[in-house]
Amino acid sequence: MSIRTLHKGESGVFLTNTRITDKIGSKPAQTIIYKNPPHIIGRMTVVGTKEGKGPLGKYFHRVLSDDKMGEKTFENAEIKMLTTAIDGAVDNAGLKAKDVDLIISGDLLNQVTTSNYVARQYHVPYLGVYSACSTMTEALNLASTFISAGHFDNVLCSTASHFATAERTYRYPLEYGCQRPPYAQWTVTGAACTVLSSDGIGPKITMGAVGRVVDFGTTDLNNMGAAMAPAAMDTMVALFRETGSEPKDYDLIITGDLGKLGSDILRDLMMEQGYYLGQRYIDCGNMMYDVSQHCYQGGSGAACSATVFNSFVIDKMLMGEYERVAYFATGALMSTQSCYQGETIPCISHAVVIER
Amino acid sequence: MEKSKRNQRYENYVASVTPQTGTWHSLWNSFWIGGITCVLAQGIGDLYYRLFPHLGKDLIVNYTSMTIIALAILFTGFGFFDVIARKGGAGSFLPITGFANAMASASMEFKTEGLIMGTSVKMFTVVGPVIVNGIVWSAVAGMVNLLLSGGV
Repeated sequence: MSIRTLHKGESGVFLTNTRITDKIGSKPAQTIIYKNPPHIIGRMTVVGTKEGKGPLGKYFHRVLSDDKMGEKTFENAEIKMLTTAIDGAVDNAGLKAKDVDLIISGDLLNQVTTSNYVARQYHVPYLGVYSACSTMTEALNLASTFISAGHFDNVLCSTASHFATAERTYRYPLEYGCQRPPYAQWTVTGAACTVLSSDGIGPKITMGAVGRVVDFGTTDLNNMGAAMAPAAMDTMVALFRETGSEPKDYDLIITGDLGKLGSDILRDLMMEQGYYLGQRYIDCGNMMYDVSQHCYQGGSGAACSATVFNSFVIDKMLMGEYERVAYFATGALMSTQSCYQGETIPCISHAVVIER
Repeated sequence: MEKSKRNQRYENYVASVTPQTGTWHSLWNSFWIGGITCVLAQGIGDLYYRLFPHLGKDLIVNYTSMTIIALAILFTGFGFFDVIARKGGAGSFLPITGFANAMASASMEFKTEGLIMGTSVKMFTVVGPVIVNGIVWSAVAGMVNLLLSGGV
């Protein structure tokens, strides 16, 4: 089916308050245009030492000097990190913990334990979500839907990942001397929290796109970028087609953690679909570390895009550098078992569009 | 099927853009790191032989291996064995040092779950396959040897 291409400024595209499906017929579309766009009124990011030394170090709100945060286990450190991010964000938004209506949180550990244990400390409604590294955009979309529909006023979206706990869940013991292939990525140690509210003055989340599970048959657990790039392409194409927009309608297009290799692949895939991403496209994983930090293709993990988005990207938006940003976080939905059983890696990408 | 064709095409494309480990570079690194480890071990053995000549060659070899294992575990504990291994690859993977590192790292990692459910249970997560295969294949080799030599 052909979809009319609308251009920036042409009536209807970014101004409509209707779901895009109303416009293009009966096909269930992936894009949602929020009737009452929620505002980002508070945010906080916490990152580990290594991330703090990276090129984006100065943008993060807090850089840890000890990745264990004085705790006995790395799991507890992750909990403490996420708590710090949530408390900081609530503070930043000028709210009190009791003003929060809902917490939507997720992480990479089994049974989303980090988020569950963090939510235990707050006596507010809570939804635990899992979408691997695209958790942040899934949470933002859910929160925006709740707020736009008028069910909740202040919603917290948060996520965390920790290199040490992720390694243990998905790979080998920390001190085990294994070699990583040059296309591997490094899990980001960090936590981020965004406070969305029905009123306020911050940047607005105007649109969202819910991803589909895409699997192009990649089996290599180390080559996450290649596995996730098709999912990012799928959601990107859906968002562009359904809203009639083009890459040039956005000042910045960011993907979560494709890494250098994955983002190069995405550029090629998008080119094949007829979209040239060019200079306005960046990948959070690719930006996270310096080449000298031996992180191969860059960062990955739920906190990777969440920390970059909540610090660098929103900072730049508030400074007026970017007006409209499209944020596509990508997640690989495998488990270690599914991979050992010879399954391929299914991936997903959810998107949000933020406007100043 | 359309999908498998697409996946095949994507796989070929990914393979063409994915950077690979440089063979010669890796060979060189594992050669000199593995070589230095061996020279070090030989030096330790010679030293023992000089200090305790009455022990005999077999015991000296055993003591040398034990020293190297202890060093590998110590390096793992101090947190720089993995740094050497990242560079050395198969050179630091040499059976006894690699084995020692794999066991020590796993037991350190899972200490947080307690001595029984953590360390004891998980100690063999990485080295388990080595032990199982070591026993199975040496038994097979022994059997073959028995059949060929007729039990002599």
